[in-house]
Amino acid sequence: MSMWEYANPKRFMGWTRPVLPWTFGLAGLCVVVGLIWGFFFTPDDFRQGSTVKIIYLHVPAALMAINAWIMMLVASLIWVVRRHHVSALAARAAAPVGVVFTLIALFTGGIWGQPMWGTYWAWDPRLTSFLILFLFYLGYIALWEAIEDPDTAADLTSVLCMVGSVFAILSRYAVLFWNQGLHQGASLSLDKEENVADVFWFPLLVCIAGFVLLFIALVLMRTRTEIRARRIRALEARARRA
Amino acid sequence: MIALLLRDLRLAVRAGGGFGLGLAFFLIVVVLVPFGVGPDTAVLSRIAPGILWVASLLAALLSLDRIFALDYEDGSLALLATSPLPLEGAAMMKALAHWVTTGLPLTLAAPALGFLLSLAPEAYAYLFLSLLIGTPALSMIGTFGAALTVGLRRGGLLLSLLVLPLYVPTLLFGAEAVRRGADGLDPSGALMLMGGITAGCFALLPFATAAVLRINLR
Repeated sequence: MSMWEYANPKRFMGWTRPVLPWTFGLAGLCVVVGLIWGFFFTPDDFRQGSTVKIIYLHVPAALMAINAWIMMLVASLIWVVRRHHVSALAARAAAPVGVVFTLIALFTGGIWGQPMWGTYWAWDPRLTSFLILFLFYLGYIALWEAIEDPDTAADLTSVLCMVGSVFAILSRYAVLFWNQGLHQGASLSLDKEENVADVFWFPLLVCIAGFVLLFIALVLMRTRTEIRARRIRALEARARRA
Repeated sequence: MIALLLRDLRLAVRAGGGFGLGLAFFLIVVVLVPFGVGPDTAVLSRIAPGILWVASLLAALLSLDRIFALDYEDGSLALLATSPLPLEGAAMMKALAHWVTTGLPLTLAAPALGFLLSLAPEAYAYLFLSLLIGTPALSMIGTFGAALTVGLRRGGLLLSLLVLPLYVPTLLFGAEAVRRGADGLDPSGALMLMGGITAGCFALLPFATAAVLRINLR
């Protein structure tokens, strides 16, 4: 039996029912433990004071905002290649979650930027590319909402997602050309000497795990809702015909 | 393919208004800007490259939904899809026709309007050059967006939401090239990168456009 068997809507509903509460529980546990650990049991940064603690919301949200788009891209590719309906629905389900993560990252970034850089917003490459990512999400969701036929909508949005990904990456590096910014470079890379100190790193890791699990749980839940909504529509259509 | 291009051009010129409308819109936006920011020539010449680029981008956006909408309604798009001409080629010709009717007039008119905004004299050549290189990309990206929304009743607003984020890199390099030209720096890097974007768009987007059209014609 291949892994594609699990993409059958009936099977998908079957295995997600027991998995979902566990994912939610674990996500909640990780987020709560990570945030409490980060907020109350880590020292203040010697230069940033306690504002450094925004990192526990900002970094995981920003990470998931990008990963949500990548997940949508993979789901769109699977839909285009193998035409699994659950895949298209999962891509649709992930988009609003991704928007919220993008907004959280932008807002916490602004709140963090005010005391550190003296401004809520600057036209910095990273900030700007997040704003552009936000616009891409909006366009993607709007296209889903605009088209009535579900298969056409899935096809068109997956093409948009693929083309959009190329342009999102292009914009990401194009803005570097335009303005060198305030935002620091990556400080969580696995292959670099200079990273965040371990006291901040471990609670941050827990928070990131929590956000990943939260994303998975929300997407699973929304996908289940979409499948149910589609079943209801099919039943209604059948009832009308009868 | 040439016949299709000529047909689209004839339609655009003869169907009244559509041809000059984008140009008039461009003119009006540029004229309105000094009213908004004040007549100070120093400020105007500073923002002129950006204003001219944003205005030409909006003017190009204005006529996008005409690319496929009429052909879709009277069924000639379905004929095009079943004709021996590959749909990819048809999509590219549509983009080219859109460019000849909006991008090219905009490019020719832009230096004159740069004069209104007291653009720095060194920048005129780069304004012309950057628009000449960049507007084809705008037309091709817009054609893709128009293909995405062709089946929708009220696709106009959605079209701009979809297409404008895709315009970001082109706009950025275009305005940057003009700004560097105005400041006496070397703008060739920005121009080359923009040429790359245009070439990439024309190489890849016809396939995406044709795929989207086939889905919409299903």
